Amino acid sequence: MEETIVDINLKDKEEYVINMGPQHPSTHGVLRFETCLQGEKVKWIVPHCGYIHRGIEKMSEKLTYPQMIHLTDRMDYLSAHINNEAVALCVEKAMEVEVSDRVKYIRTILAELTRIASHQLWWSAFGMDLGALTTFFYGLRDREKILDIFEETTGSRLTQSYITPGGLMHDVHPNFQKKVKEFCKYFRTKLPEYDELLTGNVIFRERTIGIGYMSKEDAIDFGVTGPSGRGSGFHCDIRKIEPYSAYPKVNFNEITFTEGDTYHRYLVRIKEMWESLSIIEQLVDNIPQGPIMLELKAIKAPKGDFYQRVETARGELGVYIVSDGAPQPARIHFRTPNFSNLFIINKISAGHKIADLVAISGSLDLVIPDIDR
Amino acid sequence: MTREELTTLITAKYPDIKAGTMKKYPEFIVPTDKIHQLCRELKDLPETRMDYLFGETAADRKDGFHMVYFLTSSTLGHCIMLRVVLTDKANPSVDTVSDIWRAAEYHEREVFDLFGIRFNNHPDLRRIFLEDDWVGHPLRKDYKDSFTLVK
Repeated sequence: MEETIVDINLKDKEEYVINMGPQHPSTHGVLRFETCLQGEKVKWIVPHCGYIHRGIEKMSEKLTYPQMIHLTDRMDYLSAHINNEAVALCVEKAMEVEVSDRVKYIRTILAELTRIASHQLWWSAFGMDLGALTTFFYGLRDREKILDIFEETTGSRLTQSYITPGGLMHDVHPNFQKKVKEFCKYFRTKLPEYDELLTGNVIFRERTIGIGYMSKEDAIDFGVTGPSGRGSGFHCDIRKIEPYSAYPKVNFNEITFTEGDTYHRYLVRIKEMWESLSIIEQLVDNIPQGPIMLELKAIKAPKGDFYQRVETARGELGVYIVSDGAPQPARIHFRTPNFSNLFIINKISAGHKIADLVAISGSLDLVIPDIDR
Repeated sequence: MTREELTTLITAKYPDIKAGTMKKYPEFIVPTDKIHQLCRELKDLPETRMDYLFGETAADRKDGFHMVYFLTSSTLGHCIMLRVVLTDKANPSVDTVSDIWRAAEYHEREVFDLFGIRFNNHPDLRRIFLEDDWVGHPLRKDYKDSFTLVK
């Protein structure tokens, strides 16, 4: 009799620690979750990062501002245009110069195309994480069209390095407006397919509704921004809080939900794609004429401290520059959205099943090189 | 609150806190021993309610390590920047603010890793990016690295 009791107690205490990653398909990069499990349930998670730390901040101290643009692409590689824009804006505001309206419009259109492309890839991979392989083909089919637009104008599909302090590297391709309008028209017919495939799917809803609850207070406390924070009702859209480029000229809604679960973080991104389409359509017909590059003698920030916040596809990117007046910064810091979004995972997945951990980490939309820099 | 209102509020309570020169956000230079108390008050006071720490980092300057904190209020919308100058370059340390904002816990681990600044009362002060046995702190200006490709 006594033996049985001992066995039951042992079973209750049966804990084991497994490493999810650093090479795991659902972490989308080299990130390791040290996961303590009790049976199938997650007890706690410690994320370990640094596997792809490249010292971008240290390298940038030796580079001039236009040179370091190329490193920012490699942080959040799905928001390359927006990362470029963040450094460009920070330097321009430090130098107290303003780019032409043409540049502002093009930057905003590119930023919103980037956001759509990023959300498309996230949607594709998120479905795949949950076992729905079809989404990957649908998402990438549409993302190709955006990458083609980028390639035509910038010559590159992923790391464009196109937006630079003072303006743009060169003017857009003559086909740009036509192609963007074609894409908007095309994607408006394809986006409802995303809802048909995944949003209304019973299995998908069962696996996401009520899973990974994040309260608004926790989101603010941990600094979780972007669609992940807005799914919990945290109004953190920098495009609304500190409007930059052409955002003051367009009408769009900040999508927020108060439910804070995996499903609503998903919904924010789906609805944001509609908003981005609307922003692009408001701007693309009205791109004014003007110079694409300011005529500056030298690109260097004056002595002082400068900070610029922008909204990438994943949340708030902050660029902090300390300058001594040299063409290189004395210190540059990137407050990246993924770094701040990552560490809440212990709090929101504790108590859920290990399979739900994949759904939860997918719904945070982590890009690992952006965490490690 | 505007820059003037914030300056009045803070300097009335803490006469040894000076206003800084940053243009974008109101900046205050805080003595090392006051930072925790000031942060706690900025979060709790109903007129400031700085509940969101949107950035915390450090810089290696000639007069010491500068810790900078960027705070904002999710309800009131105003921003503020705090700066602490750690003059003891050999052994820099400052009180943690991770008990006030959880976000600070990870920013401070990063600063500890790359600058070697110690945070008193921090719950889990470990390196975050580099190996545990890494020698030195790369973002210090005197860090020697034979492998750096960009000279």
